[in-house]
Amino acid sequence: MPGLFQQIQAGKLWDFHGGIHPPGRKEQTNQKPIAVLPIPDRLYLPLRQHIGVAGQLLVKVGERVLKGQQLTGADNSMAVPIHAPTSGTVLSITPHTSPHPSALPELTLVLEPDGLDEWRQREPLNFLTCDNLTLLSRIQDSGIAGMGGAGFPTHIKAGLTQPVDYLIINAVECEPYISADDLLMQEAATTIVKGIDILCRLLNPKAVLIGIEDDKPIAAAAMMAACSQREHYYVRVVPTKYPSGGEKQLIQLLTNKEVPNGRRPADIGIVMQNVGTAFAIAQAVLDDHPLLSRIVTVAGDTLNQPQNVLALLGTPVSALLDACGFQSQPQQRVIMGGPMMGFTLPDLSVPVVKTTNCVLAPTAQELPAASTEMDCIRCSACADACPASLLPQQLLWYSKAKDSDKLNEYNLADCIECGACAYVCPSEIPLVQYYRVAKADIREQQREALKAEQAKARFEARNARLEQEKQERQQRNQQLAAARQQQQLASGANTAVADALARIKAKQAQAAPADERNKEQILAERELKKQQARDYQQQKAQQQATEPPSGQPEPTPAATNNTDSKAAAVAAAIARAQAKKAAQATEQHATKQQVMPAPNTEKINEALAPAEADPRKAAIAAAIARAKAKQQAQTENETSAPPASAGAVNKPTAASDAAVAAEDPRKAAVAAALARAKAKKQASAEATEQTAPVATEAVIADQAETVVADAVVKEDPRKAAIAAAIARAKARKQADSENS
Amino acid sequence: MSFKIASSPHQHNQRSTAHIMRLVALACLPGIAVQAVLFGYGVLIQLVLAIVTAWLSEALILKLRGKPVLSRLKDNSALLTAVLLAIAIPPYAPWWIIVIGTAFAIIMVKQLYGGLGNNLFNPAMAAYVLLLVSFPLQMTQWLPPLSLQSVDLTPLDAVCSIFTHYSCSGFSLPQLQANIDGITMATPLDTLRTDLSRGLTLDESLNRPVFFAFAGTGWLWLNLAYLAGGLLLIQQKIISWRIPLAVIASLFVLSAIATLAAPDTIAGPLFHLFSGGTMLAAFFIATDPVSASTTNKGRLVYGALIGLLVFLIRNFGGYPDAYAFAVLLANMAVPLIDYYTRPRTYGHRPRSELK
Repeated sequence: MPGLFQQIQAGKLWDFHGGIHPPGRKEQTNQKPIAVLPIPDRLYLPLRQHIGVAGQLLVKVGERVLKGQQLTGADNSMAVPIHAPTSGTVLSITPHTSPHPSALPELTLVLEPDGLDEWRQREPLNFLTCDNLTLLSRIQDSGIAGMGGAGFPTHIKAGLTQPVDYLIINAVECEPYISADDLLMQEAATTIVKGIDILCRLLNPKAVLIGIEDDKPIAAAAMMAACSQREHYYVRVVPTKYPSGGEKQLIQLLTNKEVPNGRRPADIGIVMQNVGTAFAIAQAVLDDHPLLSRIVTVAGDTLNQPQNVLALLGTPVSALLDACGFQSQPQQRVIMGGPMMGFTLPDLSVPVVKTTNCVLAPTAQELPAASTEMDCIRCSACADACPASLLPQQLLWYSKAKDSDKLNEYNLADCIECGACAYVCPSEIPLVQYYRVAKADIREQQREALKAEQAKARFEARNARLEQEKQERQQRNQQLAAARQQQQLASGANTAVADALARIKAKQAQAAPADERNKEQILAERELKKQQARDYQQQKAQQQATEPPSGQPEPTPAATNNTDSKAAAVAAAIARAQAKKAAQATEQHATKQQVMPAPNTEKINEALAPAEADPRKAAIAAAIARAKAKQQAQTENETSAPPASAGAVNKPTAASDAAVAAEDPRKAAVAAALARAKAKKQASAEATEQTAPVATEAVIADQAETVVADAVVKEDPRKAAIAAAIARAKARKQADSENS
Repeated sequence: MSFKIASSPHQHNQRSTAHIMRLVALACLPGIAVQAVLFGYGVLIQLVLAIVTAWLSEALILKLRGKPVLSRLKDNSALLTAVLLAIAIPPYAPWWIIVIGTAFAIIMVKQLYGGLGNNLFNPAMAAYVLLLVSFPLQMTQWLPPLSLQSVDLTPLDAVCSIFTHYSCSGFSLPQLQANIDGITMATPLDTLRTDLSRGLTLDESLNRPVFFAFAGTGWLWLNLAYLAGGLLLIQQKIISWRIPLAVIASLFVLSAIATLAAPDTIAGPLFHLFSGGTMLAAFFIATDPVSASTTNKGRLVYGALIGLLVFLIRNFGGYPDAYAFAVLLANMAVPLIDYYTRPRTYGHRPRSELK
């Protein structure tokens, strides 16, 4: 089995499915030379004449342009410029009926020729010496787009970087009537071959296959003669069958390859160019003659002189028809393109563009208008004719039913709209029209689906954004809150922890068995009472020794004003010792228990009473007491005594301080301050939870302060008043903070 | 000046539905002629009755449906249905048989399903089955070829017997069916079935006068005439060769195998091909575009299915001939066949390679 290339070299041709054999009617025009049209009065140049985007306008209304001057720029790869086909003045740039089935107005440059046909500067290239990029940009700048009908920008196909096996030159021209390429080959075969040379230079293919239908023997002979010096150029004469000139069909005919669904010929190593495009490339490169004109077959029985004409781009169809002796009929149709795929024109001002290969003005007898559509009889003639092996009948049902899923399943998208099915349909159903509508519907649906998807995406993105913002806000707030908290902690962190610990301890202490505590309390109280009784006895004895007893010892200092200092000192020492003992005794039990505040008050009173008696001795005693109390407090702290008991220890200290204060106003003030601080500390330590004991303790502290203040008042009224005010203020503050 | 706007293609071949239908009907002419010559002129009267009934029913229903009457009558589809039914029924069947059958075919089978192109079943065959099931006696009274008839029938006799059940000379159909010896003769297929059921071997049965060479007397020519007409249709590309070929090939192959396996009870392939309505069915009835498969592969399957069903019913079923049943059963299978025999679209991988 010889390889594909050998088979192709041997001249083997394949076939494609379906196809039809409509009457060719090319003899109307293919025996006559190409006529050159006179320059018309106006040229209408649509800015976009190809598949892609229009270039940027380079000229202004009223500007004079020269022949070959670029009117739009090739500013991106899908843009192909247009040129002034002759010298003249730009009259306007306005929407004008487009050479398109829709006939929708498109932006069109209207040029008024001045008849001078004055060229711009031309710079021919030697394609053998210049690089590919120069060639490609020359092709693009010359405004060349596929001249077979689709108008795909040529420089893109010619600039492919993929390896190319076969360059196929499409000279099939399978549509009836059209003979423009036929005549071009007959008259300019050598130029065409030069164009193919340039394409070969760009694409470097293994072989060039030139496909020509067998109804063009003169053209085929001319091409063969022109290619005779080139070894890898093969002219292939293919049987006349419509639509052999379709890109996919010709590929199948010449190489037995199929372009896979959704891919391009380049993907299977094939590039196809129209023969007219090859000619235009040669002109552009070798003569710097941009695409300014093209050959148009003007045919139909309403013309006296059907022929091929070389028409400037932009020439209105009316000028073409007039030049060929057009006799309009009632119900006249004027078709741009061939009878199979062309479209009817609404009026004759539509211009010739780069893709216009034929203008057809048939009589009603020649191409009868479609009669009424009948019912499909399922004869499947359409399926037999379809070059894409589709099932047009099924597609018709689903098109009518607007069932786009089924249409996709039956590959509607592969329909090339060649019209073979509608041509053979015995019921004269305009199948292609149904497919066009269905395709447009599907495109619309897809667009809508895309829009809906985008809208959904937008909506979701918005929701996500809002959610994110919300979270960011929360995070920020949390951070700020944390920062605040830390700030607060930094200011009072230790107390908070200590408070917490103390609270736990206190709770545990409270939770201790009530009976045991009661017993211990009773014992402690009994001990205290005994001590009090002893103290009282001593005091009484002392009082009796100095002066007649003045009754019961009052807790207020004023009551014990005139006691003997020595005796008081001794008594105080004894009291201190006893208090210490008692404190120690309680302490032994007190790790988990709360000492009632009542004895504290008494202790203070005890301490105060001697302090008032003799300032100096009291001061000494107070100092000793302070030291001891401090020591005691430390041991208590070490054993983590409950704050309440700590408070109990602090009280005597405060009291001793107050005693000191009584001795010396200044010292007293300092001591008072210390006492206050201590009391405050203690109070704040207890403040959060144990409100009841705190209240009592605060009262005690206040009392102590009051005592101090009173003592101070005696020494120095002014200083004392200040100190008292401060103390009051502090006490108030403390009370406020406690209340809050 | 404004111009007429039209959608491409602007060119159209000149073969319309009416043209196709007319050609198919014309291709029946050789068969009709042979039938008229060999079996009497009853078929011509049946044709006239059928065509008139078909047109009237079609016009009536189209009017009721509010559709243009004349243009649709001109499509010749009703005409073709009438012709096919008229040549399928016994030529001397009473007039109301063909009238009921044709009206049923047009009104019920075709128009009530939506008119031309929408009927699921072949109208002529559906009507044939209706008649066969409803009027089995009248539908099996095939007269033997004229050469075997004891009474010479004139064209007028055909008119008389169709409209009065008796020939002009007063013979009833059963009397006309009897040969010179007074033995009733049915179609060759009928005779063979009866004989085989009575224990006769194939060879013994084939010695009867209704048989000629390898087929039935007269029936061979009739089938050859339809074969000629069918070949003309294929040549004219009116019908695809696939369905007739598949019908004939499958019937041939199956009966060839079967006759080798049971030579005494099952007739050979040539007998099957040239007896009964084989050629008429293969070329004219199975190829009805509306009710047949529409894909090329599907047409082969569809034709082969008809051949298989005919073989089964003829040899093992309860009816002597089976085309009507076979075609209707195959019609039912068409949507399925079409779905699974879609061609591979250009540029797409074969369906088997997907997944």
